[in-house]
Amino acid sequence: MSTDTSTENPEAAAEPSPGAASRKRPTGHRRLLTRRDRITLGLMAGLPTILHIALVWLTALASIALAFTSWNGIGFDSIQWVGLQNFRELFTSNPQFWPAVEHNVVWFVVLILLPTPFGLFLAVQLDKSIRFSRVYQTAFFLPVVMSLAVIGFVWQLVYNPDTGLINSVIGANKPGHYIDWIGDPDLNLWAVLIAASWRHAGYMMILYLAGLKGVDPALREASALDGANEWQTFKNVVFPTLRPTNTVVLVVTIIEALRAFDLVFVFNKGAQGTELLSILVTNNIIGESSRIGYGSAIAVVLLVISLAVIIPYLIATFRKERRA
Amino acid sequence: MSTVAGAPKQRTPIRPARVLLHTFLVVTALAWLAPLLWALLAAMRPYAETSEKGYVSWPDKLTLDNFTNAFTQSDMTHYFVNTLIIAVPAVLLTLLLSSMVAFYVSRFDFRVNLSLLLLFTAGNLLPQQVIITPLYRLYLLIDLPGITMSGKLYDSALGLVLIHVAFQSGFCTFVLSNYMRSLPHELTEAALVDGASVWRLYWQIVLPLCKPAMAALATLLSIWIYNDFFWAIVLISTGENMPITSALNNLSGQYFTDPNLVAAGALLTAIPTLIVYFVLQRQFVSGLTLGANKG
Repeated sequence: MSTDTSTENPEAAAEPSPGAASRKRPTGHRRLLTRRDRITLGLMAGLPTILHIALVWLTALASIALAFTSWNGIGFDSIQWVGLQNFRELFTSNPQFWPAVEHNVVWFVVLILLPTPFGLFLAVQLDKSIRFSRVYQTAFFLPVVMSLAVIGFVWQLVYNPDTGLINSVIGANKPGHYIDWIGDPDLNLWAVLIAASWRHAGYMMILYLAGLKGVDPALREASALDGANEWQTFKNVVFPTLRPTNTVVLVVTIIEALRAFDLVFVFNKGAQGTELLSILVTNNIIGESSRIGYGSAIAVVLLVISLAVIIPYLIATFRKERRA
Repeated sequence: MSTVAGAPKQRTPIRPARVLLHTFLVVTALAWLAPLLWALLAAMRPYAETSEKGYVSWPDKLTLDNFTNAFTQSDMTHYFVNTLIIAVPAVLLTLLLSSMVAFYVSRFDFRVNLSLLLLFTAGNLLPQQVIITPLYRLYLLIDLPGITMSGKLYDSALGLVLIHVAFQSGFCTFVLSNYMRSLPHELTEAALVDGASVWRLYWQIVLPLCKPAMAALATLLSIWIYNDFFWAIVLISTGENMPITSALNNLSGQYFTDPNLVAAGALLTAIPTLIVYFVLQRQFVSGLTLGANKG
């Protein structure tokens, strides 16, 4: 990769560059800037940053602050400091909280164990320079291009007890035989997860296809010359080189599991059996009861889990970039 | 495996393994498309026929009636326009603003660069629900009489544009800064020595070189913003103002007795993204992997 421009001392950055060394002014870009340039640059970086901080980070901080209050949203003077009460209520007496946490975990486990390896498998097959590869890719990738809301409606047609594809095919669409895929609290999470997996596999396939393009063909040839079969080559040669892709896939999958919302909202608004943290937060806003502090407390739980993933990932990513 | 001399390399002779692979791929691909094909079949059949004969039956006739009905009865043009009003400025602004930040962090060696980049990248990884509660209150709080129809940031296209820009600029800044960093140093340095202003540097030298990355991101952003459901569900309250995806939610509530019509509506909603994808497939895929290959 290219040289790092964000190094701490500009001298070091300029030194090895042969183009700069030949010139009289061995400096980083900074010293060439006029006052006007500095103002322009300040605005260029400043305005987007203000927008981003105001709408993303200040609201995240406000979530944390509000989590310790009770507020019905009407007037600032009705904000009351309640300490840890929201969390206490959440952890001990909210019947939806722990199921929601569990479902978010199940969501992640299912996505990482089923569609992710399947996407990798598809990518490996499609990477063999076979004919019609584009056509197959498009078929698997189509769901990724569509809105999750639309996917929700499409799968409702599949799951409908009366008219749906599954019940029609297995003959469960007659009274007395109905299988209510979305209404049954023991089934609906799995029904949603099938739809989510359907989309996730295509996404993972594309990420892995890109990763596989980066695998040096010479490695594979060497492995084949050594008499390794296809599986051995994959296990010992190809898969280890996919490490950077695997990291991205892991992070993307965790984030997707934490963000999961649209499908469930379209299916049954997170009632009975499909509760998710994201749904609980949203219900506190667009539901009848506006409990700002309580909703924020759930958001803080979500934030803490997210940061536990985001921070290590960013540290690893940016440390590598610095070295590069 | 020895190939026939002179045969083109692409055309491997028929091998059992290849036949097996193709069979597997064809079957899986069809299974993958089954939900969509099922929706398409339902959408092309009149409700009267399916309710009488059941859905697994040979269709007497296939029509586009449900599509035209869904389109006209639910005023879909209106919602498509709403989406356009949100998505076009959001995509353009996101690209403009994030390319400016990317330019700042990748072409100069300021001390804040790394923190700035971390801030944007991390912000984009947060689940939207983490920030929605205060954002919702904030949007209700900001009065914009005369500027938006609702008189507030809440329930307005402007509000959606702003949050899309703020949120998506994280990913775009990350991708674009990596891209700009790979451009040779001498390029901008020489221009600076010659006395070009930084704006000129950005606008006339760096930005044109970023066209491939910008095209890829534009494709990706259009699809993401078009597909957005969450922001619109929470931040738009009037059905009239909704973009197409959340309007579909209302439509299905209205027409839940006719699944064929809902199927048609859902498929119509998906058409623009499918077109974008088929036309700009290469850009879309490279956009997705621009961010992922680093890491």
